Amino acid sequence: MTQAFRIENSGLINRDKKLSFKFNGKTYFGYEGDTLASALLANGVHLVGRSFKYHRPRGFFGAGVDEPYAVVQLYRNGETEPNIKATEQELFEGLEAKSVNCWPSVNFDIGAINNFLRIFLPAGFYYKTFMWPKSFWYRIYEPFIRKAAGLGVASIKHDKERYEHKYEYCDLLIAGSGPSGLASAYAAAKNGAKVILAEDKPRFGGSLLTSDVNIGNQSGKDWAEGIIAELKTMPNVVVKNRSQIFGYYDHNMLVMSEKVSDHLPTTKKYHPNKRLWYIRAKEVLISSGSIERPIVFGNNDTPGVMLSSAAKEYLKVYGVLVGRKPLVFTNNDSGYETAIEFKKHGVDPVVLDSRKNPESEIIDEAKNLGINIKNSYVVVAAQGYKKVKSADIASISEDKKQLGKIENIECDCICVSGFWTPTIHLASQSGNKTKFKEEIDAFIPGQSKQNEITLGAANGVFTLEETLKTSFKAGSELSKKITENDNEISIPNVVEKKSSQHDKFWCVPLPKGKNYKRFLDFQNDVAVSDIEIALREGYRSIEHVKRYTTLGMATDQGKTSNLNGLQLVSEIENKVVPAVGHTTFRPPYTPVSIGAIVGREVGKHSKPTRKSPMHSWHEKNNAVFVDAGVWLRPRYYKRGNENLFEASKREAKNVRTNVGVCDVTTLGKIDVKGPDAAELLNRVYTNAWLKLPVGKARYGVMLREDGIVMDDGTTTRISENHYHMTTTTAQAANVLSHLEYYLQLVWPELNVNVVSTTEQWAGAAIAGPKSRDLLQKLFPNSDVSNEGLPFMGYMEGDLFGVKARIFRISFSGELAYEVNVESDYGNFMWEKIMEVGKEFNIQPYGTEALSTLRIEMGHVAGSELDGRTIPFDNALEGLVSKKKDFIGKRSLQRSAFIAEDRQRIVGVVPLDKQTSIPEGSHLVKDDKAPLPNPKLGHISASCWSVEYDNPFSLAILKDGKNMIGQKLFAMSPLKNKVIPVEIVSSHYVDPKGERVRS
Amino acid sequence: MLYINCPHCGMRSQNEFSYGGDASVKRPELNKEVSDQEWDNFVYNRKSLRGKHLELWQHISGCRQWIKVERDTATHEIFRTFKADEEVA
Repeated sequence: MTQAFRIENSGLINRDKKLSFKFNGKTYFGYEGDTLASALLANGVHLVGRSFKYHRPRGFFGAGVDEPYAVVQLYRNGETEPNIKATEQELFEGLEAKSVNCWPSVNFDIGAINNFLRIFLPAGFYYKTFMWPKSFWYRIYEPFIRKAAGLGVASIKHDKERYEHKYEYCDLLIAGSGPSGLASAYAAAKNGAKVILAEDKPRFGGSLLTSDVNIGNQSGKDWAEGIIAELKTMPNVVVKNRSQIFGYYDHNMLVMSEKVSDHLPTTKKYHPNKRLWYIRAKEVLISSGSIERPIVFGNNDTPGVMLSSAAKEYLKVYGVLVGRKPLVFTNNDSGYETAIEFKKHGVDPVVLDSRKNPESEIIDEAKNLGINIKNSYVVVAAQGYKKVKSADIASISEDKKQLGKIENIECDCICVSGFWTPTIHLASQSGNKTKFKEEIDAFIPGQSKQNEITLGAANGVFTLEETLKTSFKAGSELSKKITENDNEISIPNVVEKKSSQHDKFWCVPLPKGKNYKRFLDFQNDVAVSDIEIALREGYRSIEHVKRYTTLGMATDQGKTSNLNGLQLVSEIENKVVPAVGHTTFRPPYTPVSIGAIVGREVGKHSKPTRKSPMHSWHEKNNAVFVDAGVWLRPRYYKRGNENLFEASKREAKNVRTNVGVCDVTTLGKIDVKGPDAAELLNRVYTNAWLKLPVGKARYGVMLREDGIVMDDGTTTRISENHYHMTTTTAQAANVLSHLEYYLQLVWPELNVNVVSTTEQWAGAAIAGPKSRDLLQKLFPNSDVSNEGLPFMGYMEGDLFGVKARIFRISFSGELAYEVNVESDYGNFMWEKIMEVGKEFNIQPYGTEALSTLRIEMGHVAGSELDGRTIPFDNALEGLVSKKKDFIGKRSLQRSAFIAEDRQRIVGVVPLDKQTSIPEGSHLVKDDKAPLPNPKLGHISASCWSVEYDNPFSLAILKDGKNMIGQKLFAMSPLKNKVIPVEIVSSHYVDPKGERVRS
Repeated sequence: MLYINCPHCGMRSQNEFSYGGDASVKRPELNKEVSDQEWDNFVYNRKSLRGKHLELWQHISGCRQWIKVERDTATHEIFRTFKADEEVA
């Protein structure tokens, strides 16, 4: 394939490197340095997609981030990404892209029938049409709309690419590398400030790449290259291309997405695809330039209609002619600059200028080149369906209301310029209150809220001389404040052609009898008529008009449409534009990959994985793991073909008959030290702590101030002023914060220190009737008899040369001990326990057996302490001291908490002694009652009782105290189960607690 | 993301902190008779202020100290920060 629209002697592309690529299955060629858009245009491809609503043919409108049309589905290295702007995607060898929003193909699109049904699809038609019958929404309307709408398809595969986050701090962050950004960066860098200069395009220089100016006796482009080269050598400067600052957040934090690999066929080894920068800047200089805005006329969405600045950029940067018979339609001098470039490259343009008799140096140059210029002329409508073939033009009266006789002239593209709109998005995001500048018919930043300043075209300054002057000054002064250096910089001499005042004309009236669609928002298919309908129907606020018509709500965020929309509303409403106001600018400025936002926090990396020191032993011994918060805990140890149920039953049974060992390292542990430690515990826990002797442990419950149980656990007095507190695995961090809160803010007079020691200790629970025999063998020199180490006793021991802490505490309800050693000895301890325990038939048990053991004993855990229960609900009221005050005590007097029929923990057994009750089932009196069936309680935990060999559950039940013996139903609509049950005591096994004391 | 001046550590990003609510709330003294209204005010009732607000933050991924932050709830401007035991004038 030849690149028929590529011309010699122009462009910044690398003609030595030819690249092949595929678009809609067809192979084309382009050059290194092309975008997908420029390469397609070089091949004469103008039709790239179909519009969102009417499925009208769409081509290229811009040459960068403002592009509303050319959104494609990209295929790269086996991955696919939707919503890629062809004008931003750099070409690489083997690139593949497809049109979106068309079926079966871009050339023949069935949805285009909407174009002919458009009288039925006016503004707000979704709201009006799909309202009834109600049941149709889920079944018919929504699936249909979802299929018809959208700009591409998200991949459902796991993304193989890597994305990184980076945090950076700097003195000056400069957004944009046009003349303004370069000047301020240079001045600041010379003063020694730490500068980051960000450019979203691959090439630095912004408008200098395409404008015909002279700075310091060299072309603008050469000057830019020189500045960038020098900045790159400076250690205090970071220059980044392909990097879009898309969000301006609080306290001068900005976020930038750097495309590291999108321009390459594959991502280099160890490189991320994108890097997201969080930058905290002392000063922000917004040099984001401006975007040309269109003039609105009939069929202005036809492929071949594009911004005049884009046509110039394709010519000067990529060496591509967007047409051979260009028609330039302008209300200012920018159109002439484009026409001049065409003419210089051997193409004869026709210029239509809405102004009557403009005069300037630029216009003079165009005239001298012999360009055909028609003053007081406008394009009434483009003609052609998939590509512009001709234009209906007419003269226009001075008041811009009357059109002259319609003429038709042949053309293959229409380059339109309706003057320039400053890119104020970042300034507005920072909280800056924008203001309307009459001279340019556009908003510019007003009073700064954060440390931010907007310069150059983004601030409505359109002359190079003024831009450079103010930017050098700003860079110099802002950096001086920070570094206190003041290096004199001479501002280079600037040669630029003067331009004349633009015409405040933005929309061509409809000729009599014609009903052309005149589009404002090209991506969302919002036409002048849609705004008119919205206003007729009573929408007034621009925010409402926007939402009703979807003006400016597409992925281009209305970069080319917002101002014309405001012009229209102000005209109809007979208000001035600033009185209409603009909609709020919100981040991101342009779409950002979800991958970049997520960064490395995917899959396993979305949270840390914590493992106990005995983890490798568990792995070697067929443990099946379960996530417990961020911890991995053995759920059960698989033997042969056992399943979870069989294995956990075996493990639990072995604890009840012999002895088992469980890894309890994950329990939160907090060292509480200081002369007032006992006093702190006494205030934090509901029970009394002042009289706990050294060498004794006590179970405690702590409340929040609202009376709800926060956590439970045992705390042991290790020595006079030293306590070892344990918490549940889940609440460890919260309990530490809770203690710190009271110590630092409420009772600073208490002389206590708290510190987490969870990681410092490895823990093994040894439980079962034979546990004492085992313990005696592990600690032959210690007296671990019932007298030497009674229930809730504590001692230190020597475990084959390793110092160990031995606690006689029990979660399983059996005679049990917990042994702690320093973490590094965890595995040693575990192996010794297994080795010595062999003769007692020891088996390790996992969390499933652990649950079974505690449930049938009626011990509460996280599923009962669920943030909704008070001590009474958990049958823990015996631990609530009446004599002393403690956190949350006053709340326990709330009437609901002392109600006669207060909910309470009970045991639940199915009448058939066979059917397991799903956790979360509701307990109801009558299984046939009409819905919603009044709920009396819920099943909090279920197990298979190994003691009685039948299912057993715990429940929190209304008036539970008086419900023992009642027959109810456990209903689980989710599992489709209705189970007749009997309410029993929550202490199903060993209700007197004799075993733990044996 | 806010930039908070921890009085112990210096300027740190918000993601090192956790929010702790209104700093002007005083816990009633222990063992003191407290009316229902007083207790409700302490546990539940908060003004949702627009404007200057003295609030608690804990430098949870830093020095673990609870600090007081004077912040504008509408603009997020932070005026001053204080140590836990510092009197706010």
